[in-house]
Amino acid sequence: MGFPHTPHPRETQVLSTHFGDADARSVDGWKKRGGYQALANALGTDPVAIQNVVKESGLRGRGGAGFPTGLKWSFMKLGDGKPHYLCCNADESEPGTFKDREIMRWTPHALIEGCAIGAYAIGAEDCFIYIRGEFTEPLQVMERACADARAAGVIGKNAMGSGKTVNVWVHKGAGAYICGEETALMNSIEGKRGNPRIKPPFPAVAGLFGKPTTINNVETLTAVPHILNRGADWYKKMSRPDNPKSTGTKLWSVCGNIARPGNYEVEMGFPFGEFLQDVCGGAPKGRKIKAVIPGGSSVPVIPWEQAAAAVMDYEGMVAAGTMLGSAGCIVMDDAQSIPRQAARLARFYAHESCAQCTQCREGTAWTTKILERICAGDGTAEDLDTLLSIGDNMTGKTICVLSDSCATVVSSALQYFRPEFEALIKRTTIHAVPQVVAR
Amino acid sequence: MSHGPSASGGATIKAGHHGGEPYTPVFVGEMKARLEDLLGRYPTRQAGLLPALWMVQEARGWVSEEGMAEVATVLGVTPAYVKGVVTFYTMYHQHPVGKYFIQVCTTSPCHVCGAEDVVKAFLEKTGCGELGVTSADGRYTVIEVECLGACGFATPVMVNADFLESVTPETVPEVLKRYA
Ligand SMILES: Cc1cc2nc3c(=O)[nH]c(=O)nc-3n(C[C@H](O)[C@H](O)[C@H](O)COP(=O)(O)O)c2cc1C
Ligand code: SF4
Ligand code: FES
Repeated sequence: MGFPHTPHPRETQVLSTHFGDADARSVDGWKKRGGYQALANALGTDPVAIQNVVKESGLRGRGGAGFPTGLKWSFMKLGDGKPHYLCCNADESEPGTFKDREIMRWTPHALIEGCAIGAYAIGAEDCFIYIRGEFTEPLQVMERACADARAAGVIGKNAMGSGKTVNVWVHKGAGAYICGEETALMNSIEGKRGNPRIKPPFPAVAGLFGKPTTINNVETLTAVPHILNRGADWYKKMSRPDNPKSTGTKLWSVCGNIARPGNYEVEMGFPFGEFLQDVCGGAPKGRKIKAVIPGGSSVPVIPWEQAAAAVMDYEGMVAAGTMLGSAGCIVMDDAQSIPRQAARLARFYAHESCAQCTQCREGTAWTTKILERICAGDGTAEDLDTLLSIGDNMTGKTICVLSDSCATVVSSALQYFRPEFEALIKRTTIHAVPQVVAR
Repeated sequence: MSHGPSASGGATIKAGHHGGEPYTPVFVGEMKARLEDLLGRYPTRQAGLLPALWMVQEARGWVSEEGMAEVATVLGVTPAYVKGVVTFYTMYHQHPVGKYFIQVCTTSPCHVCGAEDVVKAFLEKTGCGELGVTSADGRYTVIEVECLGACGFATPVMVNADFLESVTPETVPEVLKRYA
């Protein structure tokens, strides 16, 4: 099931090289493919030197925010006498995103190697991989791989015979999108409700169990061994010549109304229009692509014409009026109603709000209610302005950005597809304020 | 988090308390050893809360008040605290569910690929009729779930711990044959 597609000639396979190769799932199979060499070398190197190579490579976080990974690692104060932790974020719940699942299912040891190197580079002896509870197969594969790696002496006390301790553990989530937010994730591991924490303090100062912590996405950590093996320059070259800020390859999850959905790995700077049309096969037969959400449901939706001209890197997506995010690309064809999809996504955010912040708890619920009534034909002329003003109050005012994400869905949908909303609003009367009638 | 407009329908599953049987503790013998072993990787016992709740659900099929109380005792936190955590996460069943618990993703990427029809087919073919209601024979409970992280394989469906991909209304009867 879910067997990966035959790679398209225009893909650049780095992380996905062994997708579909069952033999690569074992410790020996992984070693045979050059695996764990980077870890062996790293454990004999100064952690700061590793941080510097990663900095030099330009690698940025693949979890959504795109923060430079080497820089993040350098915030960890080495030798402060405190336990340090690395958390690997495998919560992957952002609608449209399903790349980390593929990495874990096919190349579990690639992730363990990345985790072990990452932990060592930030002075941590323990790394927790937080995997969402619904990922039953990745959970099984990763747990088994961690046990095998431990038994083979790859990780644990005296990892790879280096005399250093590096543990990698799997922690199973229990169903909550918000636990993908880094501070909520840490609370969840600590056995708490997954409520995001107010920052500061930042995790590098006081994170998991109150100790200095770094949180990195699955794909981010999996890229690290390749960078150490092949060098920062090799990685940097995979970019637009005029944009050194986005480097390397990126896994794009493509779904929705597309001929060939799946995970595709391309270099930063790939043309988005050609990617969707040629590599992914374009819209399903007889249809046309109408709108694209390129980076997971939390980034702005843009019309096809705008997407077709975009470039696939962090800056390219911003220039196109949206964001790269988690690169979970949702394609919608001309049979889809944008208001209806906006309503469905708002419902997602309302369901997933952790309810700590009033703006988010109330805002996501009201946004959903209003959008659903518009879709049901009960919208009024002022509803669209109300939506925008609710969105305004939901943006930049809460503990985490889940609230902002819900507002983004609505504001971008209204920015580009307002006529669709207006067409649904047949009534022009103002909603009557319920009157208390004296009897 | 379950509040506000619910994605899993308004209907609730009938509560029960171990069918009137007295509660038998989960954390004895091998299960206790398994939990203690797991706790070794964390600096606090509280960090064992999610794993312990998973073990209760594995053993009993759901997490009852008695189960929460036992976890509380074992980990040294209060039962009220445990309940607060249980209610936060969607995957812990606070009521018994059908022998086969079916979760169908209906978030946008799956929605645009026709997930609603998959839900309809399940409700019809299982005899559940309504979301969150267990079928009369106790075999099935169907709910809608938010993005399962497999959007390229619309529509993903979970039946208990089995993760199925690319389910369509046409393949629903075939799927149900496997879970009779
Ligand atoms: C609501 C919310 C959900 C998130 N979900 C995820 C997720 O599922 N996976 C992930 O890697 N990052 C997720 N993030 C981003 C993380 O907070 C964090 O930035 C990221 O894991 C850092 O890793 P990176 O620097 O390697 O990208 C989420 C953020 C927010 C606000
Ligand atoms: S913005 Fe929403 S999800 Fe984030 S902390 Fe506030 S209430 Fe919770
Ligand atoms: S939207 Fe259905 S799996 Fe992501």
